[in-house]
Amino acid sequence: MTMQNLEQILPQAQRDFAACDTIQDLEQAKSRYLGKSGLLTEQLKGLGKLSAEERPAAGAAINVVKQGVEDVLKARRDSILNAEQAKQLANESIDVTLPARSQGKGGLHPVTLTMNRLEQIFHSIGFEVAEGPEIETDFYNFTALNIPEDHPARAMHDTFYIDDQHVLRTHTSPVQVHYMQNAMKDKSGPPLKIIAPGRVYRVDSDATHSPMFHQVEGLWVDEEVSFANLKGVVQDFLQRFFERDDLQVRFRPSFFPFTEPSAEMDMSWNGGWLEIGGCGMVHPEVFRHVGIDSEKYRGFAFGLGVERLTMLRYGVNDLRLFFNNDLRFLQQFG
Amino acid sequence: MQFSENWLRQFVNPAIDSEALSHALTMTGLEVEEMQAVAAAFSKVVVGEIVSAEKHPDADRLQLLCVDTGEAEPLQIVCGAPNARVGLKAPCALVGAELPGFSIKQAKVRGVESFGMMCSAKELGLSEESSGLLELPADTRVGQDIRELLDLDDKAITLKLTPNRCDCLSILGVARDVAAITGADLHLPRIVEAKLGHQAQQTVTVKESTACPLYSGRLIHGVNAHAKTPDWMVRSLERSGLRSISAVVDITNYVLLELGQPMHAFDAAKLHGNIEVRYASPKEKLALLNEQTVELDADMLVIADDDGAIALAGIMGGASTAVSDATTDIFLECAFFSPAVIVGRARRLGFSTDSSYRFERGVDFANTLQALERATGLILEICGGEAGPVTEVLNALPQRPPVKLRMNRLCSVLGIELDIAVVAEIFRKLGFDFQQSDTDFTVMPPSYRFDIAIEEDLVEEVARLHGYDNIPAIAPRADLHMLPSSETRLHRAVLRNTLAASGYQEIVSYSFVDESWERDLLGNDGPIRLKNPIASDMSVMRSGLWGGLLDTLVYNLNRKQDRVRLFEIGASYAAVADGFTETQRISGLAYGDAVPEQWAQDEREVDFYDIKADVDSLTHGAATYVAEEHPALHPGQSARVMLNGEAVGWLGKLHPKWQQHYQLPRGVILFELDVAPLLARKLVQYSEVGKFPPVRRDLAVVVDEKVTVQELLDTMKATGISLLSDVALFDVYRGKGIAEGKKSLAFLVLMQDTQKTLTDVEADEVMAKLLDAIAKKHHAELR
Repeated sequence: MTMQNLEQILPQAQRDFAACDTIQDLEQAKSRYLGKSGLLTEQLKGLGKLSAEERPAAGAAINVVKQGVEDVLKARRDSILNAEQAKQLANESIDVTLPARSQGKGGLHPVTLTMNRLEQIFHSIGFEVAEGPEIETDFYNFTALNIPEDHPARAMHDTFYIDDQHVLRTHTSPVQVHYMQNAMKDKSGPPLKIIAPGRVYRVDSDATHSPMFHQVEGLWVDEEVSFANLKGVVQDFLQRFFERDDLQVRFRPSFFPFTEPSAEMDMSWNGGWLEIGGCGMVHPEVFRHVGIDSEKYRGFAFGLGVERLTMLRYGVNDLRLFFNNDLRFLQQFG
Repeated sequence: MQFSENWLRQFVNPAIDSEALSHALTMTGLEVEEMQAVAAAFSKVVVGEIVSAEKHPDADRLQLLCVDTGEAEPLQIVCGAPNARVGLKAPCALVGAELPGFSIKQAKVRGVESFGMMCSAKELGLSEESSGLLELPADTRVGQDIRELLDLDDKAITLKLTPNRCDCLSILGVARDVAAITGADLHLPRIVEAKLGHQAQQTVTVKESTACPLYSGRLIHGVNAHAKTPDWMVRSLERSGLRSISAVVDITNYVLLELGQPMHAFDAAKLHGNIEVRYASPKEKLALLNEQTVELDADMLVIADDDGAIALAGIMGGASTAVSDATTDIFLECAFFSPAVIVGRARRLGFSTDSSYRFERGVDFANTLQALERATGLILEICGGEAGPVTEVLNALPQRPPVKLRMNRLCSVLGIELDIAVVAEIFRKLGFDFQQSDTDFTVMPPSYRFDIAIEEDLVEEVARLHGYDNIPAIAPRADLHMLPSSETRLHRAVLRNTLAASGYQEIVSYSFVDESWERDLLGNDGPIRLKNPIASDMSVMRSGLWGGLLDTLVYNLNRKQDRVRLFEIGASYAAVADGFTETQRISGLAYGDAVPEQWAQDEREVDFYDIKADVDSLTHGAATYVAEEHPALHPGQSARVMLNGEAVGWLGKLHPKWQQHYQLPRGVILFELDVAPLLARKLVQYSEVGKFPPVRRDLAVVVDEKVTVQELLDTMKATGISLLSDVALFDVYRGKGIAEGKKSLAFLVLMQDTQKTLTDVEADEVMAKLLDAIAKKHHAELR
């Protein structure tokens, strides 16, 4: 073995390796140089024949070539692997625009969306959610709310009757009474702050009335709440709900047997005023029914129509859409 | 309450236009629901008199009129109206007049110049139809503006009055409030006592003095019942929503509207003996003016004569004593009936009258005699006749105790500071009598204000007159406390979101349903019925939600939907011993393909197990299922859903007979679960994660078809082997190699020892024990 041979090994390996297209070919070519009887292995074996003085220099020269071969080998291996991977990736590419394997589109009813927002917004200043029965006794739906039998105000409620003592609640206000009674019983309040969303019923059905609809009742009882606060809370809510800081609330004197002073709430909308619900300061007679001292405590209550809010929020123009449950309508809110 | 604005302005005439008046009324609690001009806008139409009429030279149907409009020269006008004749006075639109929809120009009509147009009521927009010129009375002044003559610059205002404001059920009442709001002077009609023409009196006995604290009346003789109601009165009535009927009735209606006092005129000739105010006797019958004969209840107050009831007090007169064209003598009744004896009675009989509407809310008892004199005066003026002395039976009128208002209470309820002088001024404007100290008021409620009885009533009055607009919106101040937040009681929204994420669309359906749904789908033969349902298919309260879901499915299938997933959360209702209970349920429906039609998956109809996965996610994987039949469900594909040992609902396939009944082309999977148990969660308590690898072994057994997977799992778990960490089914096989009536089930068994790595021997022992347990109990054989 001569230096001459040694010098030829690297160029030869470069040629050999370059001629390989697969990893297997490359591994075979590699063994011709670095295998047990490969050219470089043989060169190293030949070192033993040299004298102690010649050995270090010759050994160093062989190692330089060996390192060179290994570098070339690695470069070629990387190159082959890259090419193979590129090919595999190309084969595996898909049409990403093909539709997904989906469950189909579900969603919440728009009335639920509004109720969720209501709950969230009122929750943010500490209102809890309360519920009550939809089949109410005459007492809770009327009497406890200062609407005695034969009071003309009962004519304002077109009531569904189950029997002489039971009605489908005509408003969510009875929840107030239940809640205040319970709070007095377990001494958890006042102060108390609730909203009571839910289904209510009136004997009325046409383009703008549904025999069943949703209301949310709000109640705040504390020592220092006032009519001005009622206005503040309602205005704050409507501004948050509609995400409009310029939205104004107008109160008009009105009458509800369970509040006094009472007001109709109007909200500024497209340059005019829209009626949005009723409200007022809790009537002392209602406090008397639940055993709250009206000299010490005051309260305000308000009732909002959920469908009305929903219609305004989403631009829905027909109340009946909420109860037809046409998927083409409902899925717009998904 | 509807009324003519001009009528109101006779009582109080603030210097504001109709719009401003309407706004002021609305903002003080008398909501203006509607305000409508009584006539369309038009101009330059005056009274014209036809002084001559000749045939048009070139047209058979036209005439050449000479019309006097009060100017120096009469106008030549071509006219085609059939009633155009010499001497007739009719509206004449002058050249330049603007009529509803067109304007009047000087024109040639068939070659003849015409300088204006004679008008019909229709052309002036005063009626829908007319057959000729609007004929005006002969004494009408020629040249007078028609709008002025017919008082057409008027508006009909409709108030949406709240039940507490019965004092505003009259022009007088509204006028009082307008005067208080605007500060304008109130002008009351001049009412004088009638000169007596005779001394005859009707005898009256009031047996129910609490029900009728004041009864008054008088006989008026020699009345001309044919008298024509004056135009001004007809207009006032019509613009207030009342039709003119006859002079006497019109007059009582006029006073009703003007002063708010209902009255009734009896034909005196038809009265027999003494008049008595009493409650109806048992089964007493009365033929009413509305041609309805009613059997009276014992709590209905009547006016009776010796022969029996002749009127339903404060509600409606009877037919037998009604004033007719032949009437000459009348007995005019004017009384105060307590609201409590009127309220609800008319409604019970299925109607309401202007009279009952007022009496049940409260009529000003201090104004009764004034109203009687007012009506008497009008009758004598319009119908003639002679008035007799007033019969008056007066008992204890309602007490009006003074009401106290504390300034500090007022200010703290309203949340604003008000000066005591401002409050005093408000009471003064309202015409309330009051006494005042440094801190309080004592107010005497007027007889017409039935709504002033407690302090809050005065707070409201002050707020109303001060203006709700002048009370600012102020954010409340309160102590800040965080709200409770439970981790063991989830919010209902979690369930909604779970189903929505699984492709279900939420619906809201009616709580009242068709009775057949209850019977057929839920086996409920005794549903809770509404006494007054709005429709027969909405007559009973639902005890389950499937009816609404199926109905919605059908609705949407009819609109070409073919894959439907629906859910609803709502109450189900049930009668119990002491009333009713409501249980919140979550209910779902799946119809059509398991997945939306797709390129990557084969079409497959949704089945029980698809939807079981959804029920599993609602129950957090903790539910178990027990085969059980349900009236709505396929007997072989129906399960009770159990959670923590309690039945919480149902899952199954709609029974084929109902599928056919509802004409559904494909099967429907339904579930319904109680909401409350789904929301309960245990608070997680960490347990140690095993350090040693688990061992998996498989166990394939053959069992009878009737053995359920759940039974096998339960038996294996019941062995109580501590090393066992999980057993789950992964394969079911029937067919070649397995005998008929048998099935092969393959379970994977996971074992774990927390202290050391399991040996093969130990694992083998566990497997043997498991096999032994199910072999003994279920005759399972190792496959």
